[in-house]
Amino acid sequence: MATATHKIVTDPLSDNNPITIQVLGICSALAVTVQVETALVMSIALTVVVSCSNLLISLMRNHIPSRIRMIVEVSVIASLVIVVDQVLRAFFFELSRQLSIFVGLIITNCIVMGRAEAFAIQNPPGKSFMDGLGNGLGYSAILLLVASAREILGSGSWYGIDLFGENFVSLGVAVLPPGAFLILGVIIWIQRTVTRNFKDD
Amino acid sequence: MDYISLAVETIFINNIVLAYFLGMCSFLACSKKIETATGLGLAVMFVLGITAPFNWLVKEFFLRPGAMSWTGIETLAGLDLSFLNLICFIAVIASTVQLVEMVLDKYFPRLYTSLGIFLPLITVNCSILGGSLFMVERDYTFLETSVYGISAGGGFALAIVALSGIRKKIRYSRIPEGLQGLGMTMILTGLMSLVFAAFSGISL
Repeated sequence: MATATHKIVTDPLSDNNPITIQVLGICSALAVTVQVETALVMSIALTVVVSCSNLLISLMRNHIPSRIRMIVEVSVIASLVIVVDQVLRAFFFELSRQLSIFVGLIITNCIVMGRAEAFAIQNPPGKSFMDGLGNGLGYSAILLLVASAREILGSGSWYGIDLFGENFVSLGVAVLPPGAFLILGVIIWIQRTVTRNFKDD
Repeated sequence: MDYISLAVETIFINNIVLAYFLGMCSFLACSKKIETATGLGLAVMFVLGITAPFNWLVKEFFLRPGAMSWTGIETLAGLDLSFLNLICFIAVIASTVQLVEMVLDKYFPRLYTSLGIFLPLITVNCSILGGSLFMVERDYTFLETSVYGISAGGGFALAIVALSGIRKKIRYSRIPEGLQGLGMTMILTGLMSLVFAAFSGISL
């Protein structure tokens, strides 16, 4: 049992990563990664939402009529996202301004919906929570990698800490939208080559 | 003239896919064939063009601070329901999509069969919800919202059709094993986004 739970959490970190292997939730992965700080907040928000929504949906799984399960799932997710959004606005106002609409867009993030549909609807609460946690962390790992690469290349700093001093020549494209696509492309390339996982979408 | 420049800006400069990364999931998944891409692009344009103004009405008359003063009841006039934005918008989108589907099925069966499979997918396409949220954040008027909705959808259609064209061309190219599929598509999108960045500065 211990190993099974362990596997549920670790599997999405690399072998079955939601972003690079399952190709879900790419939108926000690219938009909030100009700085490590915003990426970190977004990762925490998504991990909280996906684990809690998995837990709640799994608790209700025997009471949801299967015909309307989508609507139930969306309303559970939307309520959680509203809570997260309000908390961010209350305690981290500046950050929530920078994240702009992307916290709200967690509702339509395919990872949350996908895990609810694929896992939580047919598994007990404990396992579902762990599955949500694992997928949230897998998402966070990629988000932080992309954000680190973009901030180091584009601004010469990491988490706001200056790394190279004044003479650093920044790579302007890294902080622009194209840089996000290119860096994520390269990360996917490296990951698939290292893990020898060539199964295609 | 303002509306034309808003449209040009939304389609080319602030393209919803290439500059704001919205709707990436379906952008990557449905760009293998040009026909599918065209169908999805048109469907997104259609739904965005309807839901953005509709959500504007919901926001203006029900959700923004003091929105319900038209009822003349004092307790309602003082309400600020803007924290319900998200859940109302997604509900409006889901029901509009359903409604559009039924109307098309009844009156335009040919259009329905060509768009059919894409319509339900669109409910969870983040560009649709994103359009409505941007409309709130930027304080657009009703007309601006309508123009914005249609041109944001047009930008999506343009980008997805262009990408599917490129993907068709590179089908026989020799790509390193790990880069095939998703990796190469991301890099292609990056290059396209770079090209679209060259439009910035254009204004009418």
